[in-house]
Amino acid sequence: MPGIIGKKIGMTSIFAADGKNTACTVIEVSPNVVTQIRTEDVDGYFALQLAAGEKKEKNTAAGELGHFQKAGTGPKRVVVEYKDFERDQFKLGDTIGVDFFAEGEVISVVGTSKGKGFQGVVKRHHFAGIMQATHGQHNRLRAPGSIGAGSDPSRVFKGLRMAGQMGNVRAKIANLEVLKVDAEKNLVVVSGSVPGPKNGFVILEK
Amino acid sequence: MSTADKPMFFTVMNLIQYVEEQFTANAKVAEYPAFGAGDTITVYYQIREGEKVRTQFFKGVVLQRRGKGATETFTIRKMSGNIGVERIFMLNSPGIEKIEMNKKGSVRRARIFYQRDLTGKAARIKEKRM
Repeated sequence: MPGIIGKKIGMTSIFAADGKNTACTVIEVSPNVVTQIRTEDVDGYFALQLAAGEKKEKNTAAGELGHFQKAGTGPKRVVVEYKDFERDQFKLGDTIGVDFFAEGEVISVVGTSKGKGFQGVVKRHHFAGIMQATHGQHNRLRAPGSIGAGSDPSRVFKGLRMAGQMGNVRAKIANLEVLKVDAEKNLVVVSGSVPGPKNGFVILEK
Repeated sequence: MSTADKPMFFTVMNLIQYVEEQFTANAKVAEYPAFGAGDTITVYYQIREGEKVRTQFFKGVVLQRRGKGATETFTIRKMSGNIGVERIFMLNSPGIEKIEMNKKGSVRRARIFYQRDLTGKAARIKEKRM
């Protein structure tokens, strides 16, 4: 599936034609610039490299700057590559914008989820905790409980859910409906929520 | 600068407001009387039964208005017999036909949840002198 870069603006709600109220997320999709076209001859596969988001020249490495200049554009913050664009439809330096989406379409949105830091098992994996404070319990209301049997197998199985870093990982939400497309302000309104903070970059996959 | 180099950073809130004005805002809201907590109002709203649409009304005291923009709601409470009934409406809902002001109440708070604990004479709200 092809995807393009957008920026999460925030959430609000809109009314559908039948009067039902739907929570929705507003995503700004400024025109994405095609900064490179991968070809079978050179790279062994076909793909489009897209870039979006302003970046200052002084914060850009010279090599990177040259790469963007080849496409006739300024330095960009985010670069993605997708294979499933139609061939010969776009040239180097072309832009893809909100008109890539139509109202009613179902898309996926990829982003980096909000970081929650180091969290225990109750928040991170929805464990129940110990659920009682009496009957000899002390200091273990949110403890994970047993992590396995004893001398057989004499080890803790791999992949056992434990405390650790939560959030701040790439996350994809599928089946979001495109409710509105606004070409004037380059906005796409999708149903439901998308990963990440406001002003965070997201990828909209068709 | 070409169009491709248009900055991706508008002010966040402005764009949310823009979307709300474009897609959610209900022009009828301007016609509603200015009501707040303590006022008695009647809300005429449409309910859908299969294909039929009919209008029903709900009359009661406004307990609160909360939120802003497209997500603003208000809560009305009425006594049905001796059972309190509350309903929350979305201010911008297209299902609301009209709102009538019945009584302007004089209360000191923006949210009068203490009304829930009062019955009989104590639950009366003084009318505001116009």
